[in-house]
Amino acid sequence: MDFTININNNDCKASTGDTILEVINRNGLKVPTLCHLKNSMPTGACRMCVVEDVDSGKLITSCSYPASPGLRIKTHSQRVVESRKTIIELLLSNHPDDCLYCVRNKNCELQNLSEEHHVRERRIRGKKNHENMDLSSASIVRDPEKCILCGRCVTVCEDVMGVACIDFLNRGNKTIIGTSFNEGLNTSSCINCGQCIMVCPTGALTEKNHFAEIQQAIEDPKKRVVVQYAPSISVSMAEELGMETGKDINGILNAALRKVGFDNIFDSSFSADLTIIEESAELIGRIQNGETLPMITSCCPGWVKYAEEFYPELIPNLSSCKSPQQMLGAIIKSYFAEKEGLSPEDIYSVSIMPCTAKKFEAQREEMTQAGISDVDAVLTTRELTKFLKLYGVDMFNISPELTDSPMGFRSTAGKLFGASGGVMEAAIRTAYFKITGKELVNFQIPQIRGLQNRKEAHIKIGDFDLGVAVVNGMANAKDLLDEIKNGRNDIHFVEVMACPGGCIGGGGQHIGTSDEELKARMRTLYSIDENETLKVSHKNPEIIELYNEFLKEPLGHKSHELLHTTYNKREVLI
Amino acid sequence: MEKLTEIFNDYSDSSRDSLIPILQDIQTQEGYLSKESIVEVGSHLNMPSSKIYGVATFYNQFKFQPNGKYHIQVCRGTACHVLGSATVLQELEKQLKIKAGQTTRDQLFSLEIVACIGACGLAPVISVNGEFHANVDAGKLKNILENCKKMEDVE
Repeated sequence: MDFTININNNDCKASTGDTILEVINRNGLKVPTLCHLKNSMPTGACRMCVVEDVDSGKLITSCSYPASPGLRIKTHSQRVVESRKTIIELLLSNHPDDCLYCVRNKNCELQNLSEEHHVRERRIRGKKNHENMDLSSASIVRDPEKCILCGRCVTVCEDVMGVACIDFLNRGNKTIIGTSFNEGLNTSSCINCGQCIMVCPTGALTEKNHFAEIQQAIEDPKKRVVVQYAPSISVSMAEELGMETGKDINGILNAALRKVGFDNIFDSSFSADLTIIEESAELIGRIQNGETLPMITSCCPGWVKYAEEFYPELIPNLSSCKSPQQMLGAIIKSYFAEKEGLSPEDIYSVSIMPCTAKKFEAQREEMTQAGISDVDAVLTTRELTKFLKLYGVDMFNISPELTDSPMGFRSTAGKLFGASGGVMEAAIRTAYFKITGKELVNFQIPQIRGLQNRKEAHIKIGDFDLGVAVVNGMANAKDLLDEIKNGRNDIHFVEVMACPGGCIGGGGQHIGTSDEELKARMRTLYSIDENETLKVSHKNPEIIELYNEFLKEPLGHKSHELLHTTYNKREVLI
Repeated sequence: MEKLTEIFNDYSDSSRDSLIPILQDIQTQEGYLSKESIVEVGSHLNMPSSKIYGVATFYNQFKFQPNGKYHIQVCRGTACHVLGSATVLQELEKQLKIKAGQTTRDQLFSLEIVACIGACGLAPVISVNGEFHANVDAGKLKNILENCKKMEDVE
């Protein structure tokens, strides 16, 4: 039903089911929010979004209050603004005064609100709560003192990721957000996806930083410092840099990384191609030999940890292929080292990922050769921007350059890894060729593209009907995994990405990424695939060279040693 | 855990509404909520353990450590408060090196705050395993604790 409500003496159209906040936002006004999280049930907990109901004189929370016919509200009366200001002042009274040292300085919702509401003095003083930081996780750092208890991390962890490793603990002024038994994140079921960081309004949640080690390695003349960047990085940095959304800055990125002092610059999209060769060989093998199906991708370290904790019975379904990050890491410290006459110890390998879970993955015991990690340090997209600033790189005044060869050349199939459905599409292209000996007529597979939670398709490969499913957002995977557990057998290959939209929506990306920005990144990846000619991994000349010179054959001896691994059930407090 | 199965049988509908009664039954049976029981309840009710821990920490009634051999209740009612029970609590926490709600590592003492134990004439009063000690002060507390330790040594 359509009706009008009156906002600040103007009639505005509304429909049944709208919240007042939605109507306000449609009409050129902004009401500040803190606990509000798009696409989730409103809680009305922070009361930042209050508006004045003219008729009753009450202050009501616009995020949770349904619009109803004849409603008359004021969004910015003095009373409303004062009450919002008081809330901010109360939050600040229990918040550390260390904005200048905070990772979220200039990108903090509390700081912005305080500025917008003209808070100019510490009016409310009180005893502050003191809590220790949680540094236990390899990926995520929690500082409870900066937490304003908005609960967005709790919501996203449960509703979007289906993990629910954190919740509100205790009561009243002793309330904190913590894990089961308030122990470190490392003992909880946290999958390190970093989506909590993406929604945190303050600096209470952030990624674990390794700038100092990387700087030290760059300074060290004995170290060869190499860097790789994930497929999604070049299309998702624009917002961080203040460029046009979705802009592909691949060439500039290469040049910038060289300016910083990285000795060799490689593209993880190359190892995405490598993953595809190994993974499609594994898939075909599983189908032909009647082994465990469906095979499930293992590129996403968040998903792998989730499987180890919540679905240990599906571990045999996980592809044994390491992720592109780890494959390239392993190849750099073997093939590349051999070629350059270096020993693995002399190489410091950095990777730039849209992901916080990659930090965890890089330090997994399975991801080492003779005690040496495949990858030494991981930077998120956000951290990269800060790192480039640290080295004074002017991204607006720099000419594009190419990656280093070998291991810098990629097909567009590898680049597609950045978006949900990309791994699947790339794998189908190569599997089709390997089975039929012919290339696909249409490389694009629209059924598995886009931002939908779950995509399924059946692809005719010769006379075989390949059933594939793609899910993104861990909570969405749960339904599919349960179907598989309960015997669904028309699906042969599943791609799981923990973060909504895949890596372009990863937990290491620009904080405040909107759906529109996600779509723009996805469009850019698709247009790269549209416009470039090398669309399949198996025709990447550098991949062919790598097999000829070093690996010999997919799933061969060297591959097993370097590119494949196994996973185990993980005992955590679920 | 065999023991919890019996409790679960009383709440066989596995609904989240049964969470608090189940936790209460476990505490009655085992004296506290162990990590194992919380995880077990989680898999029975299909709830993450963080949520259960969140609910349990909301209420004062739930304990996460077993009581010590000597369970000390400190009365924090009005009369005791007026006569200095805050200091009594502080002193006990200092001497036992634990906070209220905790148990010493040797499992000998546990400390609990209670609202009023109905012995206002004896304020400030504490109870050790149900036995009341009247008009306590730092010196008396020391004696009480030492007596408990002595009894241990005799055994």
